[in-house]
Amino acid sequence: MTNQSKDVVKGKTPSLYPVKTKAQVSIIFIVILGFYFFSMFWTQREMVGGFGDSLGNMFTVIGKFFPPNLSVIPAILEPMAQTIQMAIVATTCAAILTVPLALMSAQNITTFKPLYYATRTLMNILRTIPDLVLAVIFVGLFGIGVLPGILALFIFSLGILAKLISETIESVDMNPLEAMRASGGNVFQVIFFGLVPQVLPQFTSFVLYVFEINIRASVVLGLVGAGGIGLVLNQQLGFYNYQNAMAIIVLIFVVVIVIEYISNKLREALI
Amino acid sequence: MIQFKDVGLVYPNGTEGLKNVNVTINDGEFVVIVGLSGAGKSTFIRSINRLVTPTKGSLLVDNEDILSYRSGELRKLRTKVGMIFQNYNLVKRSNVLKNVLAGRLGHTGTLRSILNLYKKEDVGLAYESLQRVNISEKIYNRADELSGGQQQRVSIARVLTQKPGYILADEPVASLDPPTSHQVMSYLKKINKEDNITTIVNLHFIDMAMEYADRIIGMRAGEVVFDGPVSEVNEKTFEEIYGRSIREDDLRGGADES
Amino acid sequence: MKSYTLPPKPEKSLFKKLKAILIVVILAAIYVWTFLGIDIDWARAIDRIANNFARVIPNLFSPDWSATADVSLSILETVLIAFAGSLMAAILAIPLGFLAAQNMTGSRILTTIGKWILSAVRAFPDIILAILFVVAVGPNAFAGVLAIAIGSTGMLGKLYSEVIESIDMKVVEAMEANGANKIQILFYAVIPQIIPEFLSYAIYRFEVDIRASSILGIVGAGGIGTMIIFAANNRNWNEMGLILLAIIIVVTIIDFISARIRRKIV
Repeated sequence: MTNQSKDVVKGKTPSLYPVKTKAQVSIIFIVILGFYFFSMFWTQREMVGGFGDSLGNMFTVIGKFFPPNLSVIPAILEPMAQTIQMAIVATTCAAILTVPLALMSAQNITTFKPLYYATRTLMNILRTIPDLVLAVIFVGLFGIGVLPGILALFIFSLGILAKLISETIESVDMNPLEAMRASGGNVFQVIFFGLVPQVLPQFTSFVLYVFEINIRASVVLGLVGAGGIGLVLNQQLGFYNYQNAMAIIVLIFVVVIVIEYISNKLREALI
Repeated sequence: MIQFKDVGLVYPNGTEGLKNVNVTINDGEFVVIVGLSGAGKSTFIRSINRLVTPTKGSLLVDNEDILSYRSGELRKLRTKVGMIFQNYNLVKRSNVLKNVLAGRLGHTGTLRSILNLYKKEDVGLAYESLQRVNISEKIYNRADELSGGQQQRVSIARVLTQKPGYILADEPVASLDPPTSHQVMSYLKKINKEDNITTIVNLHFIDMAMEYADRIIGMRAGEVVFDGPVSEVNEKTFEEIYGRSIREDDLRGGADES
Repeated sequence: MKSYTLPPKPEKSLFKKLKAILIVVILAAIYVWTFLGIDIDWARAIDRIANNFARVIPNLFSPDWSATADVSLSILETVLIAFAGSLMAAILAIPLGFLAAQNMTGSRILTTIGKWILSAVRAFPDIILAILFVVAVGPNAFAGVLAIAIGSTGMLGKLYSEVIESIDMKVVEAMEANGANKIQILFYAVIPQIIPEFLSYAIYRFEVDIRASSILGIVGAGGIGTMIIFAANNRNWNEMGLILLAIIIVVTIIDFISARIRRKIV
């Protein structure tokens, strides 16, 4: 006889979930909550006046950003354009170089295991490095300018793209590839005729997605001297020109929304 | 002419795909291989174009041992041995013409094929092949818009475009309904007779094997257990090949409808 | 030579042709604009890298171990910021997710409002939010927590609403037929269906937030980013090497754990 039926016999209501699950869930819940309170305590320990004061303060301070000084917009269009151009160059280069890398890190194409594991590991390490750290290092190497920004975005997007695309390649239908091999096609022909048509829509979609990420990331890069709109934003904040800064933020906001909208429409058309 | 001489194949995991196979297939024959699934039919067929490589014996195609072939020779072999698959193996997102032209890959230079610069003759040949299997009106449709029977016809056209001397068909009708199965088999038979292309087909339906084959080879556990003209075959033969009595699902039926 | 018939040319409508041409022209224009606009001084870049390479790269690979204690504390703070921020977001996103899910509100207007709020929040890069919160609550880690919380709410809310929209509504119907009220339906029909995905997405977001919170420090919002910016300003590449190593290790460990937990949940 199981525990539950024993309970019923004794006239107790059986619990809806097993006791063990209940205990486990409770413990996990308490641990998460405890860790949360610790985090909150730790992150607020240097704060003057505590949480309550700050929240009250917040609205008055945020008020300083309003109204945004939209008259600076014409002056910041050029750095904004530079930001977009950086993202375009970096995304394009990454999209091209990702092709061999993705093929090498796809298990069904690269049957030579050591090569597969080597590329995989390299890509995994690459993806853990934040774009900003890459930018800082490249600024250290090349000095302030757009080049370190482009390089940082390029390496960063390469890691993401290669992973997404190699996963797509691993999920394709291998049958047509076998047919191409059986009719005497060589490796390049098999890839171009059997594989490319199957992954092209996802490939384009992922490239657009990474482009969106790059637009946002390139704002950040400017903060460490890697060119674009972020540089200007950093200067304005440094001079406490909050209303100018807000105008820049509004412009970034609008550009990001417009680019996301276009890229979403394109992706819907593709898949 | 295809000659299996003492061919054996052991897969890396230790299973024996083929055991002491000795078979000679003459030009222009229509051979059907029958046997239960796992009997080695597929391994037999795939050895001929080296999609799998036998580990023992020698396999002669047109009097040349193909087991020693390396990549260049292998591609040449595969251009003259066409193959049809159970799941059609078309690129679903590409259109019919592009799928059929893939049959010319072995005859076309890498750069030319990647840039889609097929010779006019090749395009003409592809179109002609599609007409022969009566599907030329779908030429610009995407492959995934077609029904199973239509897709299998496209894959026959792909093989025809290859101008092969041999056609291998690995369970070509297993995914189709009875009327369509007969249609596909009729096309294969017609091509076999008209172009004198040696055709080797894997089937597990007894009635279809009897209807279309010139010669039947029976396999069980990697060994050839029967080999003879269709006139010598009766129900008893099949029971021996299968090692059990014949059941209804060994028959395709629907022969009257075609 | 054998004669052959060519297939008929594909019928392409004028509209399709024009569309294809238009796309090519636009793409070409974008690239021309980009390459004319991008101005890289290659001579200077090559000059710089020739000078700096030896100073930067070898030092990155010989980390300054004496900073281990500081870096550990900083990376711990980064993890704490990400944790508190993601948890806040995971909870804040629930009502917004329900608001933006078409099958829950039953009102197109509410759904549209919900979706608009979420995409507006998503359009702000985390770092911009961090700048705003640093001004508001001062340059400390809590500004980072708030930035992460708000930033993640946008994406989590969107993912949540998609999960809710994909649930099996037949169960809801069955409960309605039983005479259950709205709250009962929510707890017995909806929540059991969405909990695994919600948890999985929240944990995934924590992974993303670890990366995000490691850079917030450059605008003063706490965590390892503060050390990055100091090390960069002081050209202390040995310390940068250690920071990089710490980030790679922590991110890899958290990705690994999170992937395992998520595989178990779904």
